[in-house]
Amino acid sequence: MAHDLLRFATAGSVDDGKSTLIGRLLYDSKSVFQDQLESVERTSSDRGDDYTNLALLTDGLRAEREQGITIDVAYRYFSTPVRSFIVADTPGHVQYTRNMVTGASTADLALVLVDARKGVIEQTRRHAALSGLLGVPHVVLAVNKMDLVEFDEAVYDAIVTDFADVARSVGLTDVAAIPMAALQGDNVVHRSDEMHWYDGPALLEHLEQVSVARDHGEARPARFPVQYVIRPMSTERPDYRGYAGTVASGTLRVGDEVVVLPSGRTTTVAGIDTADGELEQAVARQAVTVRLADELDVSRGDAICSAAEPPQVVSTLEATVCWMADAPLRAGARVLVKHTTRTVKAMVTGLHDRLDVTTLEREPVDALGLNDLGRVSLRTAAPLAVDAYADDRTTGAFLVVDEVTGATLGAGMVSRA
Amino acid sequence: MTTATGLSQLDLLEAEGVHVMREVAAEFERPALLFSGGKDSIVMLHLAQKAFWPARIPFPLVHVDTGHNFDEVLAFRDRRAGELGARLVVAKVQDDIDAGRVREVPGGLRNPLQTTTLLRAIEEGRYDAVFGGARRDEEKARAKERFFSFRDAFGQWDPKNQRPELWNLYNGRHAPGEHIRVFPLSNWTELDIWQYIARERIEVPSIYYAHEREVFERDGMLLGVTPHSLPRDGEDVSTRVVRYRTVGDASCTGAVASPARTPEEVVEEVSVTRLTERGATRADDRASEAAMEDRKKEGYF
Repeated sequence: MAHDLLRFATAGSVDDGKSTLIGRLLYDSKSVFQDQLESVERTSSDRGDDYTNLALLTDGLRAEREQGITIDVAYRYFSTPVRSFIVADTPGHVQYTRNMVTGASTADLALVLVDARKGVIEQTRRHAALSGLLGVPHVVLAVNKMDLVEFDEAVYDAIVTDFADVARSVGLTDVAAIPMAALQGDNVVHRSDEMHWYDGPALLEHLEQVSVARDHGEARPARFPVQYVIRPMSTERPDYRGYAGTVASGTLRVGDEVVVLPSGRTTTVAGIDTADGELEQAVARQAVTVRLADELDVSRGDAICSAAEPPQVVSTLEATVCWMADAPLRAGARVLVKHTTRTVKAMVTGLHDRLDVTTLEREPVDALGLNDLGRVSLRTAAPLAVDAYADDRTTGAFLVVDEVTGATLGAGMVSRA
Repeated sequence: MTTATGLSQLDLLEAEGVHVMREVAAEFERPALLFSGGKDSIVMLHLAQKAFWPARIPFPLVHVDTGHNFDEVLAFRDRRAGELGARLVVAKVQDDIDAGRVREVPGGLRNPLQTTTLLRAIEEGRYDAVFGGARRDEEKARAKERFFSFRDAFGQWDPKNQRPELWNLYNGRHAPGEHIRVFPLSNWTELDIWQYIARERIEVPSIYYAHEREVFERDGMLLGVTPHSLPRDGEDVSTRVVRYRTVGDASCTGAVASPARTPEEVVEEVSVTRLTERGATRADDRASEAAMEDRKKEGYF
């Protein structure tokens, strides 16, 4: 098997030791360089810390170092002989929802941290709910600071049981729990000598083993949003016309019968080109150029899809929106919706409720504020080819953009077309 | 045949970079690609070639020239642009010094002066999107950078007020005069770059590989003897087998002692090295804990 890639997002508050855990992963997997470590040691001792503060490895901005907080999603990289890892480190306090939703949107796995002394708290429920909502396929419950509860198995078991209830209620299907003491490194990269009652893998072993090959929808019907039309207009290829894009889900094969949406015309795939030669098929996440058998009017924003199982083409839809702007969202708002490669004008025709991500209760509201999640109805000025987000994390997702300032206002997940 | 489980980390990083470049070509009026002849911009150019094949790359290449160059790199830059049939725009720091827009500190580094020249090039070319080869693993301020980095009319970066970036949806909307810096290699590490150079058999300037050079030691770095970097009293010159991990301003870029003569040997070396490439070789980033953050806020890429 090829050396592959796992993207994971970390969730936890300042005090759960999240940055310390990531620092430990980087340090023990030998992904921290000598000069980085020396810089952290210098800063630690300047600040009067008793031990080398590994959190400083991830908090890079001046304001973060000064205030000892994490301001924005930070991306970290490390690799082992079997896999490369991209870590989206999301801060736990201000702008929490916005940051976690951002980090989780591309994550294969969410790492939820719990302080063993505190157990499952409000924030844990929030992390679980957001992981479920964003469709993150795998979750690791890291029960940290086990050293502060005398490595007591009963404490750990109670937390795991509590979390299982939460996981069920938010639709998390794959949860693995690991007891840890990140400060000392127990069960982070190396198995702990203090917790012989736990016979599962250390965190890094688990991250290396978790199978993500099936998570990107290779088995789903094909979806190929057209990004760009390639027409060389050269003497060697005067008539070449290819549709460049990234396979969103499924597998596209030469000879497949496809439908171009929203027009609804059908044709077959004549060829799949790359600069390295022609392919027989392309799977989800591959960037290729598709040639079609018939000359159709196809341009950016169109989608080439499985003719047998096409997405729905709609001008009205219902979605859960995470609001990321200071000015609240109200029914009647006019916005832009950026969905795959198509951007259309839209109107919010209804605002149904707000989801309390802690209690998971829905309450009727007349506005969604910053970091709120809620269900809305939208009418778009032009049709979109969508799937439910639960089925497809690409064709079910969209951005809400301010028509005037161009700012990104929110993130949407299609619940029903 | 390609199967689902067969996509390697390099395949996925390549596909991500290609996707980002196509988004920019489709949504912007006047993109440009910063091309210095350094390894990251060479890989970026390679991705651009793949993204638009069999058509030509639909935007010009821009080089911000400090005047403190390695000859091998300049020769490589010109040859590569020629092979691709790409338009190469060279913006010279010297022109800004001559025009009095920036002042050179005697014996100082020219990297900080680049920002003025870069912003001038963007304005003159009326570029609305500029591709840069920066990677998030290079430096801690860059770890917080987006793929699409919004810049105001003064080219400034505001790290506390960035657009959230979700899924593979990139919001490039901006007003006239503002622009977006685009970093297709955001998720690559130095090791990924070298593994990719080895896999794709990409040519890079010869100074990236081991060669004999007259060097002297300064601040723990090996600096080559050039008109831009001359030894001071007490700095002994010796001939060593070295290579460069980064190629920037020749006056502040250090070499490392290395016997690595092929991409594979460099991969081997990079995978066990204990120093970051910037920490090992760039005097400009050593100035302070937040040197890069401060320069980026002012418009550096």
